[in-house]
Amino acid sequence: MRHGKYPFIIGFLAAPVALYAIFVVAPVIQAFQLSFTQWRGFAAPKWIGVDNYRTMFEDDKFWKALQHHAILLICLPLITIAISLFFAFLLNVGGRSRAGVMTGIWGSKFYRVVFFLPQVLAVAIIAVLFQTVYRPNETGLIDGVLMKLGLDPIFFLVDPNIALWSILGVLVWQAVGFYVVLFSAGMSSIPTDIYEAAAIDGATKFTLFFRITLPLLWNTLQVAWVYLGIAAFDCFALVNVLSIGNDGGPDGATTVLAVEIYRNMQTSKYGYASALGVALFFLTITFAALTLRVSRRENVEYS
Amino acid sequence: MTTLQTSETPPPPVETPKPRGRGRGRGGRSDVKVLSSLAHIALLVWAIIVLAPILWTFLSSFKSVEEIFSSPWTLPAQLRWDNFERAWTTAHVGRYLLNSILVVSLSTFGTMLLGSMAAYVLARYKFWFNRPIYFLFVSGLAFPVFLALVPLFFVVKNLGLLNSYTGLILVYIAYSLPFTIFFLSAFFKTLPNTVAEAAIMDGAGHVRLFFQVMMPMARSGLVSITIFNIIGQWAQYQLPVVLMSGNRDKWVITQGIADISVNAGFEADWGGLFAALTLAILPMILVYAVLQRQIQAGLTSGAVK
Repeated sequence: MRHGKYPFIIGFLAAPVALYAIFVVAPVIQAFQLSFTQWRGFAAPKWIGVDNYRTMFEDDKFWKALQHHAILLICLPLITIAISLFFAFLLNVGGRSRAGVMTGIWGSKFYRVVFFLPQVLAVAIIAVLFQTVYRPNETGLIDGVLMKLGLDPIFFLVDPNIALWSILGVLVWQAVGFYVVLFSAGMSSIPTDIYEAAAIDGATKFTLFFRITLPLLWNTLQVAWVYLGIAAFDCFALVNVLSIGNDGGPDGATTVLAVEIYRNMQTSKYGYASALGVALFFLTITFAALTLRVSRRENVEYS
Repeated sequence: MTTLQTSETPPPPVETPKPRGRGRGRGGRSDVKVLSSLAHIALLVWAIIVLAPILWTFLSSFKSVEEIFSSPWTLPAQLRWDNFERAWTTAHVGRYLLNSILVVSLSTFGTMLLGSMAAYVLARYKFWFNRPIYFLFVSGLAFPVFLALVPLFFVVKNLGLLNSYTGLILVYIAYSLPFTIFFLSAFFKTLPNTVAEAAIMDGAGHVRLFFQVMMPMARSGLVSITIFNIIGQWAQYQLPVVLMSGNRDKWVITQGIADISVNAGFEADWGGLFAALTLAILPMILVYAVLQRQIQAGLTSGAVK
């Protein structure tokens, strides 16, 4: 059996490794190199040292984008996790206890299916959907109702003060179902006798939630936080489609790094776009490493 | 959910009295009742928030522009199929959908074939460059696509693959490999050795062992990741926008719909836009309705290990 092992290994690895090297590894390495050059795509890239990074630190849009990432990074996980935890708890142990056995609430299967639905839709399509939801006239889903009631329309994507929050709303709208399912899976792996024992001791639903569910779900929560944080660093499709002018408007009020990268690419500032890409990479990786570090806890084992 | 029990019906007599702790005051029952109806309201509200925009889009897709303005919330006066006709042909939604189906079926197939081959070799064979290659793939999980976007554009351009299905498919495969290999190699590791050994005793070669023994055994994992890749690649937006912008005929559905929404504003063809959106959403919902268990498992497979 040893005979022919290496030809087999190489035969199986050659194609995936080649594709990966050409389309992922090489571009990643080049991105770091390009970030130190000035390049408009025609002549050879000109080495300019850290000038791109200096420009970046003086770029108003860069700081705005960072600010938006910070807001999203805090709010998106907090809001999404809070809502999903609440729903997951209701769906799994929110029902009445029958003969001491905790059951999910009536209709929990239906809710789980509905809540998860936005996950299967492409983000770009969701963005177009919400463009019609947020449209600030009679044809908008929300403003149409408000205006029928004689109220003033809300300028969701036009008003720079609420544009980013409107986009955050879409992110939460899509994400909740995924985490309800994720947390439900986590909760169903918590043995029911723990709940029963606590219920016999007279614990209320609140106590059950904070003293049992939450601590035993810690690992899943950590994963959720990292996922949502990474999602907060992307948002390209949403901002690109939803924002006024499709470039993070109005006046940079919703811009994010991905949009800035794309914008600079389109004006052929390839060196600068790469520097922004490098910044995005370091921000993402720092966030993930920090979260995993800070939130580390003893694992609870139950068998 | 076999217990269909409304709040009015008394609990069935078979139910044993619930043991109560000392710490529980009187009126605990009614507390629970209030809480449980509040819970139902909360769940119902969120279900409406999720469904309303989608149903409203379906409804509006049959309306004329005047109706959309004057009575956004009523049923359409008549079913205007011409909205769909315009969306399908004039706005090329049909074309975009077929393009997406073509690209995603080929790229997912390629991803699964190459990904499982690499994952299998990396998981079950010892050789000196095993770990370096494994970590090279897995480290790809840490790189956002936007980091490499500029050089990627030029790599594809220099290969002459800009605005081509081939280029897009190859790029999709390359960027799906890290997660696919990460997940599947963990999966292949868990498969029992005894079956593999038996197959070898029977004279199966490495390649046959993989395709006829290991692949069928890894079926559940392969299904999950296939679903994960199909939905991920179907939703891809930034890669086609960057790599396919030059050739409208080859656009995929996400970039097509995004473009229609920009133009609908100029042409004020809201009915057509809603019809286009419906055409983009409905297939996904139908697939989800049939396969919702598998889809939920597939999409969350990355997070639950």
